[in-house]
Amino acid sequence: MFNWDQRWEVVIGLEVHTQLQTKSKIFSGSSIAYGAEPNTQASALDIALPGTLPVMNMEAARLAIKFGLAIDAEINMTNVFARKNYFYPDLPKGYQISQMALPIVGFGEIEIDTPDGVKTIGVTRAHLEEDAGKSLHEDFQGQTGIDLNRAGTPLLEIVSEPDMRSPAEAVSYLRKLHSLVRYIEICDGNMQEGSFRCDANVSIRPRGQAELGTRTELKNINSFRFVERAMEYEIERQIDILEDGGKVVQETRLYDPDKHETRSMRSKEEAHDYRYFPDPDLPPMVLDQAFLDEIRATLPELPTAKKARFETEFKLSSEDASLLTNSREVANFFEETAQKSKAEKKIVANWMIGELFANLNKSELEIAESPISTSQFATLLDRIADNTLSGKTAKQVFAALWEQEGEVDDIIEAKGLKQITDTGAIEAIVDEVIAASPDQVQQFKDGNDKVIGYLVGQVMQKSKGKANPQIANQLLKEKMS
Amino acid sequence: MTITTLSKLSADLSSGKVSSVELTKDYLSRIEQSTHNAFISTCPDLALAQAQAADQKRIDGNNSPLLGVPIAQKDIFCIDGTQTTCGSKILENFIAPYTATVIDNMHKQGVVSLGKTNMDEFAMGSSNETSYYGSVANPWGEETEQLVPGGSSGGSAAAVAAQLAPAATGTDTGGSIRQPAAFCGLTGIKPSYGRCSRYGMIAFASSLDQAGPMTHTAEDAALLLNSMAGFDSKDSTSLDVPAEDFTRCLDDSLEGIKIGLPKEFFGDGLDNEVATLIESAIKEYEKLGATVKEVSLPNSHLALPSYYVIAPAEASSNLSRFDGVKYGFRAEEYTDLTDMYYKTRSQGFGDEVKRRIMIGAYALSSGYYDAYYSQAQKLRRLISDDFDTVFKDCDVLMGPTTPSTAFEQGSRTDDPISMYLNDIYTIPANLAGLPAGSIQAGLTSAGLPAGLHLITPYLQEAKLLNIAHQFQQVTDWHTKVAPSIAQGGQ
Repeated sequence: MFNWDQRWEVVIGLEVHTQLQTKSKIFSGSSIAYGAEPNTQASALDIALPGTLPVMNMEAARLAIKFGLAIDAEINMTNVFARKNYFYPDLPKGYQISQMALPIVGFGEIEIDTPDGVKTIGVTRAHLEEDAGKSLHEDFQGQTGIDLNRAGTPLLEIVSEPDMRSPAEAVSYLRKLHSLVRYIEICDGNMQEGSFRCDANVSIRPRGQAELGTRTELKNINSFRFVERAMEYEIERQIDILEDGGKVVQETRLYDPDKHETRSMRSKEEAHDYRYFPDPDLPPMVLDQAFLDEIRATLPELPTAKKARFETEFKLSSEDASLLTNSREVANFFEETAQKSKAEKKIVANWMIGELFANLNKSELEIAESPISTSQFATLLDRIADNTLSGKTAKQVFAALWEQEGEVDDIIEAKGLKQITDTGAIEAIVDEVIAASPDQVQQFKDGNDKVIGYLVGQVMQKSKGKANPQIANQLLKEKMS
Repeated sequence: MTITTLSKLSADLSSGKVSSVELTKDYLSRIEQSTHNAFISTCPDLALAQAQAADQKRIDGNNSPLLGVPIAQKDIFCIDGTQTTCGSKILENFIAPYTATVIDNMHKQGVVSLGKTNMDEFAMGSSNETSYYGSVANPWGEETEQLVPGGSSGGSAAAVAAQLAPAATGTDTGGSIRQPAAFCGLTGIKPSYGRCSRYGMIAFASSLDQAGPMTHTAEDAALLLNSMAGFDSKDSTSLDVPAEDFTRCLDDSLEGIKIGLPKEFFGDGLDNEVATLIESAIKEYEKLGATVKEVSLPNSHLALPSYYVIAPAEASSNLSRFDGVKYGFRAEEYTDLTDMYYKTRSQGFGDEVKRRIMIGAYALSSGYYDAYYSQAQKLRRLISDDFDTVFKDCDVLMGPTTPSTAFEQGSRTDDPISMYLNDIYTIPANLAGLPAGSIQAGLTSAGLPAGLHLITPYLQEAKLLNIAHQFQQVTDWHTKVAPSIAQGGQ
């Protein structure tokens, strides 16, 4: 757990660029599919040939509005594109079409879970803009290769209020946001491919001071783990500076995950003056309520509502409900399984969060790629419920299902795993165990209740896990009393 | 020698008196022999292929008005496969891989594109003296006294006035069709903003630029505008209105037409002879049944300063793409990225372009945006509102197109402000997006043409052309050929 001198208060704001899941770019008809050969998805407009003009792809606006509605934000019924002017080779026009004074989405809120309960993080705004191309510095013998495939890809830049007070809160917000954009299917959230990029603004101030300290911007953080570590480093760095009587320089810093440090970006220029002005090539976007209503109707049950429903409808704990509603796919898997199975919902939850998640993580699979289907999972859980399997033998069946060795009942048959519920058979083993463990039997008789665990364990061992532990427990007690 | 109009050529082609191939060859030959430097390049292969196709179509029964008619195109328009320079060194090696919509529209009507006319660099200028490809000689001048043709569509104006093409396309941001039309004795029309697509037209000031026809007559201008205009989904500022026939009311009587004369357009700085010619022109209109009254556009004195904030600001951004990275000129030697940018743009752009980029960047910069750019846009609204007010009881506004007639080459290049003052009467219509035109009002004692400027309400190009056409029915200024050309004889 990261701790720092409690004299200092940390203030964090996050800017997340999400790549919107449209078919084509925001202002041109080019594809945005990842992984194409360089400069094969760059039209005349994308490479800024003279005379070309942008035309709005309303699908991008639709997805932006969907996000706004999902976080209960204001939607600006008239919103305006503005030019952000600067020179860089991967910015073909020498300006980026973005939104400044009037973004499409205004103020909204996202709730996060913290150890101290639910906290509301403000979202200042979310605006549409186009992505730049890519600069490739290796492989070109001292030159830089420019790939403009990405130039013009639609982005939604989501800006939070500086409401977070620790790296953990920041990560919690990011995870919530990541989950949400995937839930409402506006972004695939693939951080490796750059669909979900995070910049963090970090500053510190003496606790109790209202004025914000000087902030630095951390860039190039492409995993949740790096986010936390980068911030921790930066906070300590700033504390050291201030405690030595120095001043924090407002600058952009890159996180180096190998060295675990942040470094000032090598650039000679002072703060950019982007000379924003409304783009004269694009009239203001005017939305009507009917359009918004149409989009609202496409919103799925959102994570917060789904989690609450899981808690009330399935009587799950907050923690379990949270884990099971992390993504729509996981939530759907759970609900389908729960519907097909007679087992208690709590059991279904435990098995998903335990055995299933563990195996998915180990094999680095998404739930959609699970080798075990909801039907198979449901059947397995039914066999536990009807006492065919014990917890232990069920795990063996699970493993076999994972390797796709067959259906549940076939596996039970093949491996002879049917739980022994025949009291007579178990009795015989119980007698064996009592005979073999005189000390433990005596301890039990002397009042040590806990030793029953050991004795049951012995019965399970002798029966190769097949004895019904509840019956074994009961018989042991009867015979020892 | 008389002028050759589109109407006449259309009739000759239709009757079989001449073929498109013959016409095209004739014009290409004239261009080759001319000394006006009106063209940056010609496209003979394209032109002849188009002419042949047109002649064949005529045989197949197609008879559209401009089928097979050769036109000169301002080098601001991309035409697939042609060098498209915008008058600049920075695009000297640029071959456009696509065609501008207005040109494509014309090609679909069977128009033959002769070549790309000279122009002020990136449309910034009023004399064609900022072109990397040299100045253009106004055919109305003499050997001993080279006069400017006006700008930025100087090459197009000179080409038509020198009989190198029967008509040409131009573009107008602050007067760049109308002012050269006035200096060269032509009819030049800037349509309503949004009427013609800007796709494929290299951008100078996006909220002001418009393509338009430069011809000898209003009737020709209407014909050419018919083939250029129309909604284009590739231009988000293109007006989605039904197609119009701009010739439909050319012959309407002007009885009862109300002409407004903004007093601000007749103030100091206006050459006396030009003023006299304008007054005579107005009298012709009164004879045609129009009534005339003085009106006021009280904020029009703010038009020039507003324009010279807004246009450079938009231009400074539009020209950022010319950076040597993807296409066009790149400096041969440079030490790093920043140096490459500096050298490429310093070497690739001329002085006037650099001047305006700097003004524009300044007007948009942090701390100055509110005082300059934002303020200018607010003033633009006031200027536009003035027009709304006067158009409540006027059908058309008239005045001089320019404060003077064509001036000598080099006489204003040392003083950018004196150059900017050329556009003082034309700029307000650009700021308000209104249709405006210039027709020849007469010749001064020095034998130089003066232009009569007309402005009508938004989307009323047909009315504008009607008003212009009627003047040309009762006067013959528009038929005069520049003496140097008439003497050349052809």
